[in-house]
Amino acid sequence: MMQTLYDKLWEQHVVHTELDSANSTTLLYIDRHLVHEVTSPQAFESLKIAGRKPWRINSILAVADHNVPTTDRDQGIHDPVSRLQVETLDQNCDELGITEFKMDDLRQGIVHVIGPEQGATLPGMTVVCGDSHTSTHGAFGCLAFGIGTSEVEHVLATQCLLTKKSMAMRIVVDGKLGLGVTAKDIALAIIGEIGTAGGTGYAIEFTGSAIQALTMEGRMTLCNMAIEAGARAGMVAVDETTIEYIKGRPFAPQGELLEKAITYWRTLHSDPDAIFDKTLTLNAASIRPQVTWGTSPEMVTTVDGFVPDPANVADSVKRQDMEQALNYMGLQPNTPIQSITLDKVFIGSCTNSRIEDLRAAADVVKGKHVASTIKLALVVPGSGLVKHQAEKEGLDKVFQTAGFEWREPGCSMCLAMNDDRLSKGERCASTSNRNFEGRQGPGGRTHLVSPAMAAAAAIAGHFVDVREID
Amino acid sequence: METFQAFEGLVAPLDRANVDTDAIIPKQFLKSIKRSGFGQYLFDEWRYLDHGEPGMDVTQRHLNPGFVLNQPRYQSAQILLARSNFGCGSSREHAPWALQDYGFKVIIAPSFADIFFNNCFKIGLLPIILDRLIMDQLFREVIETMGYTLKVDLQTQLLITPDGEQFTFNVDAFRRHCLLNGLDEIGLTLQQTDKIKQFEQRHREEQPWLFT
Ligand code: SF4
Repeated sequence: MMQTLYDKLWEQHVVHTELDSANSTTLLYIDRHLVHEVTSPQAFESLKIAGRKPWRINSILAVADHNVPTTDRDQGIHDPVSRLQVETLDQNCDELGITEFKMDDLRQGIVHVIGPEQGATLPGMTVVCGDSHTSTHGAFGCLAFGIGTSEVEHVLATQCLLTKKSMAMRIVVDGKLGLGVTAKDIALAIIGEIGTAGGTGYAIEFTGSAIQALTMEGRMTLCNMAIEAGARAGMVAVDETTIEYIKGRPFAPQGELLEKAITYWRTLHSDPDAIFDKTLTLNAASIRPQVTWGTSPEMVTTVDGFVPDPANVADSVKRQDMEQALNYMGLQPNTPIQSITLDKVFIGSCTNSRIEDLRAAADVVKGKHVASTIKLALVVPGSGLVKHQAEKEGLDKVFQTAGFEWREPGCSMCLAMNDDRLSKGERCASTSNRNFEGRQGPGGRTHLVSPAMAAAAAIAGHFVDVREID
Repeated sequence: METFQAFEGLVAPLDRANVDTDAIIPKQFLKSIKRSGFGQYLFDEWRYLDHGEPGMDVTQRHLNPGFVLNQPRYQSAQILLARSNFGCGSSREHAPWALQDYGFKVIIAPSFADIFFNNCFKIGLLPIILDRLIMDQLFREVIETMGYTLKVDLQTQLLITPDGEQFTFNVDAFRRHCLLNGLDEIGLTLQQTDKIKQFEQRHREEQPWLFT
């Protein structure tokens, strides 16, 4: 039978299926378990209380990312609550012999950046992490999804998850992206179209010539945002781009084993006639740079657009939602997006903190200076290795000369669990993935954009169309 | 996990769509390494006028009188009515922990975000999906009627209003079985240890690079 990529990945990992209902419960084997400090302590604790041990230590890779400071790292974490959480992870990993990149390790970084960077994420795998943006790893033709803490414990103890198969959605993006339009814009355009619940119950496969043309980093950005469309998993089929990216990475197979793996990996795509439960088609050429205006990623428009007017919306729940969002964001209906002025700019997060993101942003700021009205413009690389590479290319100097701060890797102002945050009422252009109320700090206002758009906004002090700057 | 018993509980309405996990439990409280104590910070930014930090004495904080759960009539509610896509956003189980610790046993909405929905079952919090039109009716009745309660019976999958009107809901058989019997899923899975080992061995032979 013709299978989707999702079918293939699923089938390869079924230990057992309990035929208890129409949508049966499956015991699914997990190949890679990524762990960070926020969602794991309670799982490790319960495991210990129950007298259980991790099933397969080698499947686990751990790193602290959410709480780590992005400045003066040698002085440790001064917030005692954050410090305890990171120390708890260190302790659990040391005790159990789990591989962990500690805070002073050059390889430390955001969990979804370091997995692929290390070759710990491979095609055909099932990858889980106690974090919703685990969907990122699906860029490698693997089945990757976020889980809660009880499930973290379940995977630790059994190497499996009790789960149900989702429906399969295909999103086809054909054609050529315009200059200055990126994977981030594709992601936001899709979410704008189907909504943040549009993917609920589905695993999404992104296909089409525009997806094939994306680099691995672009594909990661796109799959990262699949969760913002409500889908637990996003994925892209394996091709030469995937294989080239993996070769030579520390955790990746080598030599004969690599050849054997590649032969298998090349089968990881949907069969030509595979049937999807839903298909959506987009024309890449018509996608313009995106900017969110509200408090949900679906509240998005194009950079040449306007803040929408709730008065034009018939559905009362939706209208009320929009009014609440505009009120929180301090925006008037029909305001041109490009007239929105900003207080802070954040370039970072597991969506957009990889080397290509930093290059794209640096390209825009080179030789220019951050507007005097911007209080803080921040670049936070996704990992120590990304930071190192950027410094080798002199990007740190480009940013610093332009007035950006150049920081140590971590989640930083994506969710503001460390000291990097917005104050009440402050407005930020951010390359992260969520514009929820309070996400970047209580009362803070977030506009999601691509790295180039964020950089351009930092220079101008307000949103500008990257396609129009030289 | 405790067994899920049939009960009758006070209902509170949260009339907002897309309530995200950051709203349910803001990130500063995620720094805790414990599983309990989150109820006092549930909906923190809506519930209090001042900014909350972990460890604060909540009795000294300023409640937002405009927030629905602060109204006297909804104190000790056990059932939350919500709008579509409830629990969207992060995978943090702290969100269901906070709802449960606050006293909620059941959340009813027209739709939930996947991971949140899943997490609820793991801790014995019951998410119920009802049709939007029925939801509209329940919202109306709750707001109009002081002390509005619903009976929830998971065994028969019935919700019963004070007027005796019944609505059926659907919970998948395995999850219902686990909730009703308070089963430990890890224990259940470990009963399949042989199967897991067999699978693992075959998987290792087929894809040895996964096990290096
Ligand atoms: S960068 Fe943001 S979205 Fe990504 S893992 Fe960290 S907190 Fe979560």
